[in-house]
Parts: sequence; C-alpha cells; structure tokens
Amino acid sequence: MNEFFAMGGYGTYVWSAYSISFVVLAATVWFARRNLANTRERLKRQRLSKQDRTP
Amino acid sequence: MWNWFYKLASPPHFYRTATVLEPWLFWPALVLLAIGLYGGLVMAPADYVQGDGYRIIYVHVPSSYLSMFTYVTMAVTSAIGLIWRMKLAFCVAAACAPIGAAFTFMSLTTGAIWGQPMWGTWWVWDPRLTSQLILFFLYLGYMFLRQALAETRQADRASGVLAVVGVVNIPIIHFSVEWWNSLHQPASLSKLETPAIAGDMLWPLLVMILAYQLLMLALLMTGIRAQVLEREKNARWVGELLDTTGHEA
Repeated sequence: MNEFFAMGGYGTYVWSAYSISFVVLAATVWFARRNLANTRERLKRQRLSKQDRTP
Repeated sequence: MWNWFYKLASPPHFYRTATVLEPWLFWPALVLLAIGLYGGLVMAPADYVQGDGYRIIYVHVPSSYLSMFTYVTMAVTSAIGLIWRMKLAFCVAAACAPIGAAFTFMSLTTGAIWGQPMWGTWWVWDPRLTSQLILFFLYLGYMFLRQALAETRQADRASGVLAVVGVVNIPIIHFSVEWWNSLHQPASLSKLETPAIAGDMLWPLLVMILAYQLLMLALLMTGIRAQVLEREKNARWVGELLDTTGHEA
C-alpha cells in the first residue's frame, strides 16, 4: 500500500496532479450548478416583483 | 431530420433536451472516471523510462484534448451565431467558455507538475506551452468581454468574433511539436497511426478521455440551460416553468 502511494518516488508529483485535476473538475461542476440555480432564483424574484406591480 | 432540427432550434425544446440529457451524460462520466482511475493508477504498468511519473498522462492528455475540443465548439457555434444570427448557437458558445478555461487550467498545471521531474523545470517558453497559455487567455478574454458588454446582442457579436479569430491558435497548439523544436513530446495518440503507447497503458487513457468528454458535455448542458433561461426570461414558457416547478427541473 505504501508502495502504491510512493509511486516509485514520484508520489508528490502524481498525487498533486490528480488532486488539482479533481478539485478543479468538482469546482467546475459546482459553479455550473450554482449558476443555474442562481439564475433561476433571480428570474423568479424578478417575475414576482413584476406581478406585484401589475394588479 | 429537418423536422427534428427545427424542433431542437426552439428554445423551450432545446432547454428540455438539455435537461433530459444532463444526467445521462454526468453519471456515466463518473463511472468511466472511476474505471479510468483504477486502470491508470493500479492496472497499468510503470513506464520503462519515466517509472510511475508517467501516470500524470491520465489527467494531462484528457484535459488538454478537452481544452481544444471545447474551444473548437465555442468557435464553430460562434460562427453559426454570427452567420445565421442564431441565438441558441450563442448560448452554446457562451456556456463553453468557463468549461474550456477550467480544462486549460488543468492541462497547464498538470503539465507543469509533469515537467518538473522529467524536464527539470515547471515552465519553459516553448511553442506548445506558450500556445496553450494563449488558449487560456483567449477563454479569459472571451469571458471578460461578455461581462463588459451589458447588452446581450452586442456581447454575443463581439465575443463571437474573438472566438472565431482565436481559433487559429488551435492548429498552432496541435502542430507546435512538429513545426518547431519542442521540449514537449509528440502526440501519443493519432487518428491515422497506431498509438505510440502499449495497450495496457492505452485503454485507461481512452477511458479517461471519454469520461472527460462526457463530463464536458454534461457541464455544457448545465451552462446552456442557464444561458437559455437568461435570454428567454420574458418568454411565456420560462414564466410557466418558474411558476410550476420547484427547485428542480
């Protein structure tokens, strides 16, 4: 197991490359979904305030 | 065929299609990612020259390929938008930019981490590396330009022109290792030739590329949905959608 994590002496490089990749991938998914949810909420609020003004 | 095309070109249908496709792209991508990781980190043997250090290839090549694929998608949809004045094409183009920037960032950082042990340096002003850095700035420029122009039509046109002009950088990235003396190694994969790497090292790479490709498409669907809603906010179908649905759908 330790041998696996050591990656023949390249452990630091291999694991940091994989970590950065997956942190960035996860962040991209998270930002995309949050952006969609925010857009939806904002449009909903705009719509409600418009309905209030027009009786 | 044409009927299908016209249907897809209507914003509500486009939005619904993106909503339906999204999970069918996202979950298979995660499964393939798990298989590819196991294949690349556990199953594939160590390299004769680079030892276990070469395993960075499984995150470096997919992100590099997707950084270019996303740009070509952005440029082609921008061109379609500019020529035929298709709003939906600009929706796709605008959704591409943050995804492409993320893949380019991953390509540059994993490349630097690979360069340090193998070349003895994180960075060189080499044609391949420099043109890839330019790609990153093209994505950033595209996003800043869109942000700076408040009017959507104007933002679409200006950023569209930038995307189309910037596409010249893509063949430069691709052929840089052949045109100039480069520290970067030539392509491991080619459509026309047999791959330069062995089969047990190759299949995890292909699985990872497919995983990244599906993930890119899933992210694109999410981005497209936000773009379509924003542009169609005054349309009746968006109003109905916002009224009838809760947080989901």
